[in-house]
Amino acid sequence: MAKGQNQFSGGNSLNQLYVPQPTARPDGFNDFSHLHIPDVEQAACPAIDCSPHDMRDLAYGLIRVLDDDGNAKGNWNCKIEPQRLLQGLKDMLLTRMFDERMQTMHRVGKISFYMKCTGEEAISVAHAAAINFEDMVFPSYRNQGILLARGCNLVDMMCQCLSNARDNCKGRQLPIMYSWKKGNFFSISGNLATQFSQAVGWAMAEAQQGGNRLATTFVGDGSTAELDFHSALNFAATYSPPVILNITNNQWAISTNQVIAGGEKTTFAARGIGFGLPSLRVDGNDFLAVYAATKWAADRARAGLGATVIEYFTYRVAPHSTSDDPSAYRPKNEEALWPLGDPIERLKTHLINLNEWSEEQHNILIEEIKIKLKKNYKQAESYGTLKTGDRPDVTTMFGDVYEDMPLNLRRQRQEMGL
Amino acid sequence: MAQMNMLEAILSAQKTMLERDDKVIILGEDVGYFGGVFRATEGLQAEFGTNRVFDTPISENGIVAAAIGMSINGLRPIAEIQFADYIYPAFDQIASEAAKLRYRSGGEYSTNITIRTPCGGGIRGGQTHSQSPEGIFTHVTGINVIMPSNPYDAKGLLITAIESNDPVIFFEPKRLYNGPFYGEPDKPSVGWDTHKKGEVPDGHYSIPFGEAAITRAGEELTIITYGTMVHVVETAVEMTGVDAEIIDLRSLAPIDYDSIINSVNKTGRCLVAHEATKTGGFGAEILSIVQENCFWKLRAPIERVAGWDIPYPHAFEWEYFPGPKRISNAINRIMEA
Repeated sequence: MAKGQNQFSGGNSLNQLYVPQPTARPDGFNDFSHLHIPDVEQAACPAIDCSPHDMRDLAYGLIRVLDDDGNAKGNWNCKIEPQRLLQGLKDMLLTRMFDERMQTMHRVGKISFYMKCTGEEAISVAHAAAINFEDMVFPSYRNQGILLARGCNLVDMMCQCLSNARDNCKGRQLPIMYSWKKGNFFSISGNLATQFSQAVGWAMAEAQQGGNRLATTFVGDGSTAELDFHSALNFAATYSPPVILNITNNQWAISTNQVIAGGEKTTFAARGIGFGLPSLRVDGNDFLAVYAATKWAADRARAGLGATVIEYFTYRVAPHSTSDDPSAYRPKNEEALWPLGDPIERLKTHLINLNEWSEEQHNILIEEIKIKLKKNYKQAESYGTLKTGDRPDVTTMFGDVYEDMPLNLRRQRQEMGL
Repeated sequence: MAQMNMLEAILSAQKTMLERDDKVIILGEDVGYFGGVFRATEGLQAEFGTNRVFDTPISENGIVAAAIGMSINGLRPIAEIQFADYIYPAFDQIASEAAKLRYRSGGEYSTNITIRTPCGGGIRGGQTHSQSPEGIFTHVTGINVIMPSNPYDAKGLLITAIESNDPVIFFEPKRLYNGPFYGEPDKPSVGWDTHKKGEVPDGHYSIPFGEAAITRAGEELTIITYGTMVHVVETAVEMTGVDAEIIDLRSLAPIDYDSIINSVNKTGRCLVAHEATKTGGFGAEILSIVQENCFWKLRAPIERVAGWDIPYPHAFEWEYFPGPKRISNAINRIMEA
């Protein structure tokens, strides 16, 4: 027998293990010219009570509103008032600059870890703008834009990253693994996709209790491979609870390209079709499209019509985390060639076209945010960092394992001399 | 012999086996082109092709299940689970399938998979990059559970794991990847070039399962440990000046009864140390073995030093970690008893 073959290996077998590969590696070039980007006016906008069977095209197409010149067009243009758009621009810019600030703080050793969401700001921020504050978010680790759009206190967020005395997670979690109950934002888990099926359960409870809130949850393209993703879609299809199941397809899960998550032969939105769920595929770098799709799904959920799957098509401009170096596995500057542009630039251009904004105002805003971040960071650091100053009280280490501390933990705490 | 750190030794074991046996394959998240987030498979895809070393979807359940299926059809898969903290979605496939397949089929079917996974803390990884779940798996009969403490053992034991026709979970204490860790985070890190077990043969060799290593011979006290704690215990022993015998189990299942029993019968005193949480931990099993076999020779109560019964807290990593101070206190208590 030849090397690697078994007793059934014959000359006429057409089988070989197929392992998909991304378009290009660091030594190659990828301008995404292989992607088909449909025209802005192509996608139909069905009524919210449309049967999932009659809107399958939307899982394979791309819902867009902003065209290449920054003008709002097409069936999904829901004519958002300019003040709301302006707020979205501010929140996206704040998100990007918050990330940059914290990345710098990691570089100088003030925090132990960080994850940016550069290029993906529209997904979190527009989504948050299109649902209610009371709606429950089950986030992934790259949804800081939702916290910022919901007005989470900057100092509180920074203190979490600094693991200091004011960290509301009491120093127990890695930076960015936020929890904000007052903001209806669930505790972020470091384990992938676990929140996706929990969100469905939350929404089932909302339906069971006759409430009017919805749940929304996020997962990455890579994490759609996890069991929890499939459990979520199955339960959502079975019980029709008010939930939005969002997939941020940013092409890369550390070094794993979306082709390894099964993204080569179909879309991530199309996962919903097999479960009979309405499924939308959206330009994730288009604030207006993300807003419109979210609004559609939220209206549908609140009308008692159940869950919607939304795929946001985007690109992970940032490294996976501060522990990652993408130049080892993808072409340099691939992000600059992403055909759907930068979400902040695109909304800015749109607002300038509407005469609601200008470059000067934009530059002033950047300066204002800079000052705000600097001031807030100074305050946050005054409460300590992981290395210096105040940490959370060490005696709290044994708390919250259970509601009441059991004897083994009380003994261990005593043993520690606390 | 070559100088290797623990990652290089693990890489070398896999390369050795890929070369020797064309049925050996490697699958896991980021293991292919990128060579793994810790680079434990670096260069292997380039050398052996995507047919032998390939990336998987992010599904730990899928990775282990596919590995089992591949093993049933003649291959010998090495599956990497990126962090031990992420192994739980695969638990059903490990505990209900891999562990029980040989038994339930009356020996007709069995699986030879090796699951490699980095474990343990000390790298500021927080609760989802620091866990030591070995005790969960030692309680599942039908799988071998291995945890090396140095490059030489890592390579020899990993080769045994790959060659074994039973399923193996191979825990890699990630804090030891680049050098021995003596439990003192404020001291400068040292590399494996400072340690005799950093000398690793280039070619094939294997270390049998179920054989502990005595890393320090002594007469007054037996300390039974494994993984990162082997080195931390050394520091504690030096602090106390007690003539302790340190046993590095290396293999938790199967376990080396003789080394444990002979040593404790000799010293009459025993301390067990592991990084995992205490209650229901593997230390309790060791303690039972000692009690069942050495009771009449014991001169002091057996003690356990372990991680506190809490999730691994990011900001209190070193308060959680069972460091030299806690171990030396326990040594002194046992010696004074």
